[in-house]
Amino acid sequence: MNIKLIRDISISLLVARWKQTLVAAIGVTFSITMFIGLLGFMSGLNGLLDGLIINRTAHIRLYNDIQPAEHQPVGSVKEFQGYYNFIHSIKPKNERLEIYNSGAIIKSLLKDPNVSGIAPKITTPVFYTVASIELTGVINGIDVEAENKLFTFKDYVTKGNFIDLKNVPNSIILGKGAADKMLADIGDAIQVTTAQGERMQLKVVGYFQSGLQDIDKVQSYTSINTAQKLLGVSNNYITDIQIKLKDIQTAPALAKVYRQLYGVEALDIQTANAQFETGSFIRTLISYAVGITLLIVAGFGIYNILNMMIYEKMDSIAILKATGFSGKDVNRIFISIALSIGIFGGLLGLLFGFGLSSLIDQVPFNTPALPTIKTYPVDYNPKFYFIGIIFSIVTTYFAGYFPSRKASKIDPVIIIRGK
Amino acid sequence: MSQVVLEARNISKFFHDPHTVQVLNSVSFSIQHGEFVSIIGKSGCGKSTLLYILSTMDTEYDGELYIDGINMRGKKESELAAVRNEQIGFVFQFHYLLNEFSVLRNVMLPGQKLGKYPDAEIEHKAYEKLKILGIHNHALKKPNQLSGGEKQRVAIARALINDPLIIMGDEPTGNLDKKNSELVFDIFRELTKQFNQTLLIVTHDNEFAGKTNRIIEMEDGKIIRAL
Repeated sequence: MNIKLIRDISISLLVARWKQTLVAAIGVTFSITMFIGLLGFMSGLNGLLDGLIINRTAHIRLYNDIQPAEHQPVGSVKEFQGYYNFIHSIKPKNERLEIYNSGAIIKSLLKDPNVSGIAPKITTPVFYTVASIELTGVINGIDVEAENKLFTFKDYVTKGNFIDLKNVPNSIILGKGAADKMLADIGDAIQVTTAQGERMQLKVVGYFQSGLQDIDKVQSYTSINTAQKLLGVSNNYITDIQIKLKDIQTAPALAKVYRQLYGVEALDIQTANAQFETGSFIRTLISYAVGITLLIVAGFGIYNILNMMIYEKMDSIAILKATGFSGKDVNRIFISIALSIGIFGGLLGLLFGFGLSSLIDQVPFNTPALPTIKTYPVDYNPKFYFIGIIFSIVTTYFAGYFPSRKASKIDPVIIIRGK
Repeated sequence: MSQVVLEARNISKFFHDPHTVQVLNSVSFSIQHGEFVSIIGKSGCGKSTLLYILSTMDTEYDGELYIDGINMRGKKESELAAVRNEQIGFVFQFHYLLNEFSVLRNVMLPGQKLGKYPDAEIEHKAYEKLKILGIHNHALKKPNQLSGGEKQRVAIARALINDPLIIMGDEPTGNLDKKNSELVFDIFRELTKQFNQTLLIVTHDNEFAGKTNRIIEMEDGKIIRAL
């Protein structure tokens, strides 16, 4: 009953001052629009940049590293136990890069409920031989289909068909940078030499472009069989097992488990790419800070307009109080004015923010470094819209709080007698 | 059998700014139901101050105030607002109508605040009150489209909407010309006669006061003559 009356009075006051109200609402709309636009764009860029790494990196990589033995023989001698043993000039042990018993490990991983996919890989350093020049490079022997499923390998093959790698024997997909250096075109044969001195002719079936120049200059892909042939090893030889998990956050914990379980090195993505998390975090922080600053400025606008309205409406407030409206009622009237500016402006802001986001989404963004991206990336996460509307309501509430309190404390006697 | 609607017992009031000055000195009187009382006195004698205390808007005073037999001391701000809403009708020197609302809506507002009746009934009542005052033709106009006398009549209709125990007026004819003053006075007298409405009017217009049932004359914060 009373709520309806208070609403009526608020609306009438709003309508009577509709120009100022509109300016205040536009302030809120503008800040929410920018908030949504900015966060969507920033978050989109974050996603893109993270994707550069995360989509192409295993959540956990199992491999063997060349390193000194963890337990030195002196530690096993009974007499020297309980001492600190200083050993100088330790050399890494002669470890093969092959993962032992890889078939069994893969089988067991496939049964693990945390794992969403597995791709085995052979990584080996090679020389690309062009005439008398030798370029250093790295060949990744991959399971083409698994690699494509897990890391969308297809997207980064800019020329040629990725599946040829599997279908054409002794084929190679060259990094774009390496191909440019060697002037190798599709269909050409190039010669590679392994560190052990094995030589092999490989047929170029495509170019690969990751967006990271340093990688494209060096890396190339062959099928896992070709790599095994190149190295002259048996067909169960692999050097890496790449694991994709269902939940990326569990990677560090699971890496520890796998290290123990399979007796190999296990590197999780968080440890390997700590700088990306930091970058994303800072960028998000900046966008929130800018968005919230905009809203606070809008809040001051509302504060000013309500203050002016209260000065103008002093008489009306006095008479309302004289005819039986309590301070609380007057307070509610002005708070509801502030809130309706906030909600109306905020909702419009969400709409415009969505519009702005879609507009940014249409702007062409072509860069040779990112072959799959055609327009600016935008994130339409509903979270931003939720935060935007909540924040606009909270800000306008506080902007309305102090003027409303002032209005509720107006003494009608002073106003009425002052005339 | 008449009944006391308002009683003031030893009401005193001090202003402390800039110096402590006593504006009301132990004022006591009571008003019976259906009386038409006027308070007169020179400017600065404290008559308006007294009226604002009686209307519960000013709460800083010594002494006791009873409205309808209930002591107003110690009541909360919202409770006093409710008393003003239901028991007291107000007419000021200036009309204080809200220009954002129509005349009818202005009259309805205190009724809607009271919330005793549905809106349709309040509207009907408001229309009736406007009819008593002869301005029902202007019901849908905005207050700023009316003349001064008409506005003051709307203000009286607004004071009547909740059928208050008492109507208080602070120089209700102060801003009006002679013709309109007489009109407003006639309305007041009509209200006492026909509807047995209690009225308490502060004025410095002796001619106006002379026509009321009872005159309370004040000087220097004291009642010097109460007929």
